[in-house]
Amino acid sequence: MISKEEVEHIASLARLELTGKEIEKMQKDLTEILGYFDLLKKVPLRQGSAGQVAKVGNENLRKDEILQKDASLAEKLIAAAPSQKDGYIKVKTIL
Amino acid sequence: MADLTTLTIKQAHEGLKNKEFTSVDLTKAYLEKIKKSDLNSFLSITEKLALEQAEKADEKIKSGDFGMLCGIPCAIKDAIMVEGQKCTAASKILENYVAPYDATVIKKLKEAGVVILGKTNLDEFAMGGSGENSAYGVTKNPNDKTRVAGGSSSGSAACVAANEACFSLGSDTGGSIRLPSSFCGTVGLKPTYGAVSRYGLIAFASSLDQIGPITKTVEDAEIVFEAISGKDKMDATSTDYKFDNLKTDLKGLKIGVPKEYFVKGIDPEVEKIIRNSIKKAEDAGAEIVEISLPSVEFALACYYIIAPCEASANLARFDGIKYGLSANGNSLLDVYLKSKGHGFGAEVKRRIMIGTYALSSGYYDAYYKKAEEVRQLIKNDFAAAFEKVDLIFCPVSPVPAIKIGEKSDDPLAMYLMDIYTVSVNLAGLPALSLPVGKTGNLPVGLQIIGNHFQENKILSVALQIEKK
Repeated sequence: MISKEEVEHIASLARLELTGKEIEKMQKDLTEILGYFDLLKKVPLRQGSAGQVAKVGNENLRKDEILQKDASLAEKLIAAAPSQKDGYIKVKTIL
Repeated sequence: MADLTTLTIKQAHEGLKNKEFTSVDLTKAYLEKIKKSDLNSFLSITEKLALEQAEKADEKIKSGDFGMLCGIPCAIKDAIMVEGQKCTAASKILENYVAPYDATVIKKLKEAGVVILGKTNLDEFAMGGSGENSAYGVTKNPNDKTRVAGGSSSGSAACVAANEACFSLGSDTGGSIRLPSSFCGTVGLKPTYGAVSRYGLIAFASSLDQIGPITKTVEDAEIVFEAISGKDKMDATSTDYKFDNLKTDLKGLKIGVPKEYFVKGIDPEVEKIIRNSIKKAEDAGAEIVEISLPSVEFALACYYIIAPCEASANLARFDGIKYGLSANGNSLLDVYLKSKGHGFGAEVKRRIMIGTYALSSGYYDAYYKKAEEVRQLIKNDFAAAFEKVDLIFCPVSPVPAIKIGEKSDDPLAMYLMDIYTVSVNLAGLPALSLPVGKTGNLPVGLQIIGNHFQENKILSVALQIEKK
């Protein structure tokens, strides 16, 4: 069984607040799901396949260049933020 | 006038062409139906936009120069952005989020002249197989309202099956177009990874996500797929792919049937229906070949590591700063913790936790790296199979639509419904769910899997089976 402390540690890494009840349920669910993943220990890694990791998609990454967009898009993106001031996104004091 | 909402895209197009009705007539008929519906398939109705688009389409139709999708009313999964409309991903965290731009697929559909009726229900952030993880309530199956519509594109499949839209768009990360299509009795196409741009789709697992059509017929799926596919500079994973409407005859075609997909756990009625449609293909001259995909037994474990890992990274952006719900807190960290804690539902939290665990120091090699290695083995299995056969036939799901609440408390049992669909996403292949029969009043979908970018082969063969 995954411990309460372990769940709390993972939740803090994920920046996720969980209630006491949620932690309890998470202990049960994660234990069961991670237990299912033990199946992967049975995978017969064939000669040469160890460490071979799947490549996804294509290699056609676009050039790192500035695309011209309407200024109104920036305004809309800022407007989506819960808290704004003078065209900037407002956050809590960091320091 | 006959019920306009029962028409396919092709039929509606003919009616518009022959001036039997207008796009406004069509749109109003659907809107009326949606408003009366008790399925909970829509999260928002975009009536004003729809009527504007319909009027514009009618102008274009009058001019005589218009395409197949002009004036056709459709519905969009609420994880795909339509500019100026709410986009919630069925999450409380995005309850009041308004999309600042159009997804590329929406831009393309708008250029084709479609009418957007509304945004459809889904499992929160597309995570789920039953539609029950929506923060706004489950979508009911139109064939039996005590059952789920399937997920995650629950509303997109239910609305097409219930004639609340002529077609819809869904997204498929581990089966989310095919599974609800199988449960509701619609045609659902999950295109090849890279065939359709994901720009403007709220990301779940970026190495797996694909947008695709849900329709009443195979012919309609082809029309929509052709309209939305192709290279987009805003999605670096999209490819220069031009759909080629090639006919493939069932006669002489080699169809692979994976022996691993017909083992314990499959509902005997489902198996009977799938075997029967394989027999029909054989009677039409196809050669049925038993194949083996030895690594697929690990596909589900592999998927439920990779998808949550990617999700945990993708969903980190919902922190109460840039969009959506922001909880009050004493410090910046407090805002993060509380916004996520209050905004995300149980399944989303579970997946973030699994992903964070599997990527955390000390566990990375045992979970994430191992899963990526297994993913390569699964790809190799399919590559070897497609050297021997043209297409693969198998079920979409081991069971027909489940009862609402049947598995909602047991995440692992829910994940097991995805056993036949996830390997297709892991390998980046195209696959289609085709309704081929019913057990009682519950539809059953045949899954047709093709090699990369062979949507035309899948669609052409599905069309022939649909007619039998």
